[in-house]
Amino acid sequence: MKQYDAVIIGAGHNGLVAAGYLQRSGLKVLVLERNDHIGGATTSISRYEDFTYSNCSYVCSLFRQEIARSLELYKYGLQVIPYAGGAQIIKNDDGSYDAMGTYWHDDANRRDLERFSKRDTNAYDRLNRDIIRQCKFIKPLLMRTPADPTSFKPRDLMELLYLGKRFYGLGKEQMHETMRFYTMSVADYLNEYLENDALKSYLAGGATVGTALGVYSPGTAYILLHHAMGDLDGNVGAWGFARGGMGAISKALNDSFLAAGGHVRLNAGVSNFTVEHGKVKGMQLENGETVKADLVVSGMDVRRTFNAIDANELPQWVVDRAKNFRFRGSSGKVNIALDGLPSFYGIPKDSPCMTGDLHISQSMDELELAYDDWKAGRWSQDPYLDMLIPSLVDPTMTPQGKHWMSVFIQYCPYKLAEGDWNEDRKNAFGNHIIDRISQFSPDFKEKVLHMEIRTPKDIEDETGLTEGNIFQGELTMDQLMFNRPIPGYAQYRTPISGLYMCGSSTHPGGGVMGAPGANAAREVLLDLGKRMVP
Amino acid sequence: MTSIITNNERPLSERPILETPFYPSYKHLIQNDNYEEWAGYTTLASFADVGQEYFSVRNTCGVYDLCPMIKYDICGIDAERYMNRLITRNVKKLLPKRVTYTVWCDDKGHIIEDGTVFRLSATEFRLCCADRQIDWLMDCAIGYDLVITEVTDAIVGLAVQGPVSCKILKKTGFDGVEKLKIFQLESFSLNGYEVMVSRTGFTGDLGYELWTNAINAADLWETLFKAGKPHGIRMIGSEALDMLRIEAGLIMVDVEFMSCFHTVKYDRNRTPFELGLDWVVDMNKGHFIGRRALVEARQKGLKNKLVGIDIDWNKRADGALIYNSENCERQIGEVTSALWSPILKQNIALAYLDAPYFEGNNDMWVEVYMHRECKWEREVYKCRVTEKPFYNPDRKKLTPPLDL
Repeated sequence: MKQYDAVIIGAGHNGLVAAGYLQRSGLKVLVLERNDHIGGATTSISRYEDFTYSNCSYVCSLFRQEIARSLELYKYGLQVIPYAGGAQIIKNDDGSYDAMGTYWHDDANRRDLERFSKRDTNAYDRLNRDIIRQCKFIKPLLMRTPADPTSFKPRDLMELLYLGKRFYGLGKEQMHETMRFYTMSVADYLNEYLENDALKSYLAGGATVGTALGVYSPGTAYILLHHAMGDLDGNVGAWGFARGGMGAISKALNDSFLAAGGHVRLNAGVSNFTVEHGKVKGMQLENGETVKADLVVSGMDVRRTFNAIDANELPQWVVDRAKNFRFRGSSGKVNIALDGLPSFYGIPKDSPCMTGDLHISQSMDELELAYDDWKAGRWSQDPYLDMLIPSLVDPTMTPQGKHWMSVFIQYCPYKLAEGDWNEDRKNAFGNHIIDRISQFSPDFKEKVLHMEIRTPKDIEDETGLTEGNIFQGELTMDQLMFNRPIPGYAQYRTPISGLYMCGSSTHPGGGVMGAPGANAAREVLLDLGKRMVP
Repeated sequence: MTSIITNNERPLSERPILETPFYPSYKHLIQNDNYEEWAGYTTLASFADVGQEYFSVRNTCGVYDLCPMIKYDICGIDAERYMNRLITRNVKKLLPKRVTYTVWCDDKGHIIEDGTVFRLSATEFRLCCADRQIDWLMDCAIGYDLVITEVTDAIVGLAVQGPVSCKILKKTGFDGVEKLKIFQLESFSLNGYEVMVSRTGFTGDLGYELWTNAINAADLWETLFKAGKPHGIRMIGSEALDMLRIEAGLIMVDVEFMSCFHTVKYDRNRTPFELGLDWVVDMNKGHFIGRRALVEARQKGLKNKLVGIDIDWNKRADGALIYNSENCERQIGEVTSALWSPILKQNIALAYLDAPYFEGNNDMWVEVYMHRECKWEREVYKCRVTEKPFYNPDRKKLTPPLDL
């Protein structure tokens, strides 16, 4: 059997990024994928006639441009198209509807916002400035290996010095502000700036994405950054659609990897790693086959990675940490094929807002109640919905005149109080979302042709993400930087020699960013004494 | 108690850029496709020839549409006390019907904006500025008994500037306008509506600004231009205005400084001292926002400062870097605004210079990149610190103005 220099577990976007870099740096690399398709949670698979969905992740902003450039993804068809627009639909006390739109033009935005709160139009500018300041602080850290503050290795000391310099560079007031920002709830943070509840709910909802915390839970303010720190072609905070769906990203990564001479094997799930004397020797596949390898990079999340190792080979505290890493599936997804463009109350026909993210949450209190439902083991009665219609921008995903809508849902529990997920409950969840959207759209229901319903359980079953957590573990302060995923092993290494991690469980975390994959590849090559190419 | 009055309800999906109430009146004069967006309104960078527009203000009368200027009315028994906390100048010394130029800062002494304060009466002020900041104005008003109203869209404005401006205004129907001293304002009745006239401007020349309710815009414009036609009145765009304000040594937000509300890089914040605006900071009036920090800043001294420079040769030095030697060894400053002054026949610029160069005792060189017939060329010219304002004619302050 062919011998490979490195085996990557999982053809998710991070696995493929790591594979791409390692292959181009002169290693012979094999990627093993459990499913019959690549992509992990970055897929575009047709589930209904000529409709293509972005089945899991659905918008792109965080993906590191340096990776796209290094791996020449444009050559393999990747186009990320920025989208504009978006609206927050508002239900007035008298039962009528209105919408607060987002426009590409600052003054159009301001005029629309002024209808609801004149004060907030200016306060929103100051909020954005402060968030951009936080982003500028954190952004260079994304593509750097986090330093261990307890280590005295020169590279850790240098990295700590770099971090310290940046922190002190913030200035006195901003240092205080940063500590507050990292520990506050998003609701408290927004309340300091804004007065309009609809605007606050629009922003706050995003800070609970993928996290089993409520808008009033401390630590959620930080998650705002994950929406703001992305950029497209230098436009900070801009989001875009990958043309053809998110699967275009994994497809381009895969094609780039194959073109560099790499190999991918589908239907090759790993059941456990073979470890001898603290060194990885290979792995056993679910079909019983054995693959030998001295260098393995796992794109699986931290719990699945360590579960695949004989506990005898691991320190007990590592076993405990992997067990205790917080996943807590809390997000659902419904992809809907539509027989035409639905209309929404409050949004004029042909409004440019339709091409952006649509929201129907009315207040932060409503979002907190949505979280209460999750705690009680129910899907939220009035969940936070992030709705987008990519087919308005992307002509390749649906037949002409038809559309598809991506609906992200916060919260949906991994375990239901009433019992295990089954077909009936899953359909009830999907229908509940359709009903909820229909409260704001008179013709939505009649346009629904097909639904792909994804509960956290479905996401786990398909992609392997534990409990369906979209970030491979929550992005809270206690699980970030040198604590992600495990202190002492935050630099993409594990207690097993030759075994590395490259999934979103590692720094800097989830979102279709690619940074964990690239950082892991760099660390692997460092240990091999090789230079990363390109 | 503080309250805010909001009155502009607007529909969703509206055109992002609006026309000012004067726009239909002067639309027929537009000969260029040279527009400039200003605070959500379309304004003209030039109507026709920039040179002609510029010289209309130095020779006859040029008119500039001021509608997009942000205006806040601040009224109430605490208005004076509030204004004195907000801005750096002492409004106790500002009599009713007077106008003053000022800046206002945050607690760190960093400039939020510059603008003008119109004292309409003992308890009524109007703040004119370039940027909306109602949240700041309201936050600062906690505990004060006053009402803040944004009147940006309700009140329209025209700047009528140049040596013949007074005469034209008299002929328009503003009897007694010649008695207005610089920075004084008065209300007049014109064709049955009220027009407030202030002897203010952004050109460093004799000039006035007319303010009235938006519904009177068309009539005011027609009446003014009918009266001014025999006297060479013409509309001017922002390019001519920019030339005029540079000659007058006047600073511009987002050119000479950035509001500390918008800076992401902390070192871009500016104190009034760095802009050479010591004269608008009254340290003796009691507490105001930023005072503590400004006291400290004054003790520390300046690292760099905005000054006027005069450059040898005749090409505008836009965006040029300034060096301590002819072979450009060490950068000591940078140009923010530059102009070949048609009236001074001088190549002038506003520039930040490091200490001690802003004292003006050293020779300096500007490095200018010029695009000449599709080829970039680099030139280095000697420059020196010079007095501001670069151009300061007696007629700016003369009362009554000469009857030309």
